[in-house]
Amino acid sequence: MEQNYQRLDPVVIGCFQRFHPVDWKQLDWSAKAVRAFQREAIEYGIGNQGYSVPVRGPNGQFALFTVNHSCDDATWAAFTETHRRDLILIAHYFNEKALEFEPNRTPDFAQALSPREVDAMTLIAIGYSRAQVASTLQISEHTLRVYIESARFKLGATNTPHAVARALTRGLIVV
Amino acid sequence: MLRYIYGSDLHKLPVLAASMFKDRADQFRTRLGWEVTVNEAGEERDEYDDMNPLYVIWENDQGTHGGSMRFLPTTGPVMVNDHFQHLTTGTIRSPLIWECTRFCLNKDADGTVAAALMLGGGEIMRGFGVAHFVGVFDARMVRIYRMIGSSPEVLGSEGEGHDRIAVGLWEFNTEAQAKVAARCGISPQQSQQWFEQAFGSSRTQDWAQTG
Repeated sequence: MEQNYQRLDPVVIGCFQRFHPVDWKQLDWSAKAVRAFQREAIEYGIGNQGYSVPVRGPNGQFALFTVNHSCDDATWAAFTETHRRDLILIAHYFNEKALEFEPNRTPDFAQALSPREVDAMTLIAIGYSRAQVASTLQISEHTLRVYIESARFKLGATNTPHAVARALTRGLIVV
Repeated sequence: MLRYIYGSDLHKLPVLAASMFKDRADQFRTRLGWEVTVNEAGEERDEYDDMNPLYVIWENDQGTHGGSMRFLPTTGPVMVNDHFQHLTTGTIRSPLIWECTRFCLNKDADGTVAAALMLGGGEIMRGFGVAHFVGVFDARMVRIYRMIGSSPEVLGSEGEGHDRIAVGLWEFNTEAQAKVAARCGISPQQSQQWFEQAFGSSRTQDWAQTG
């Protein structure tokens, strides 16, 4: 951190804001400072092969999962080719578990809105009246009230505008 | 040539990007009559363009847009889950399933452009371990997909005739990929080279020996 390695590390630079997995060989290690960083990493026991999976989580969360090993290119290529999909899935499961351990994160996950609730909240968010929402979704206003109430409860909101605001900020609806 | 480019890098190819968004306006609003948002510059953009998607773009010799499509992983917000869940009976969410949207062709593009884009989709599946693409498409595309030899499995649909829209699932299939390649006359080596140009090659350099 002190040396600002996160600004230098090709793995971080090459994976941030991305969502495809990256073999370290695909990255640019040519700059002088980067090569020094790389030598230091190897001195500290980092292997010569790496495969990193960026994870694009909910609400703009970002994580990076890496497997690292020392072996020759052919062995590494065979390993990543065979296990690539498993590594991608492991990366995402690790991330979900890590988020569960983080305080105050679990409720966000547990409270996914149902498709109908999302429809209702989305239409309200774009300015439809309750009558218009009900007619668009081809349901009665009474049924609509049930959806809104259920969504409001899941979102821990005190009223409908509050629920719409929470659904938007959590990325549960997109307008 | 085929370009693979994230939204955050589009500014590096301003001509290509602007002509893509204009062609999207032409296709989705003018020709198909969809209710999409077109800005003052005549460009069609939506909220998913702001989520840094990966675009696959066919670039003409003049540097302009010939055709394109847009990818986002279904682990984040995607159209099929946000707007078309009633067609799929539930959320589609997996890091191995990417959504493909805004499949667009310039009005003068010939049949090889669509096939070249499909070839690019195949490179993504093979290169990144993606198992399936999911996407919403309209009746008009059924014929195009069949013509280029890459028809999806339909998960659900609504509407009739020209108004019919469906959610489809594509998977990688060596045979289909070969058919698509033959259709657009692009060699597998050429296709792979474009892919590596965008994402780097994992074959040539040895990490240990450069240190």
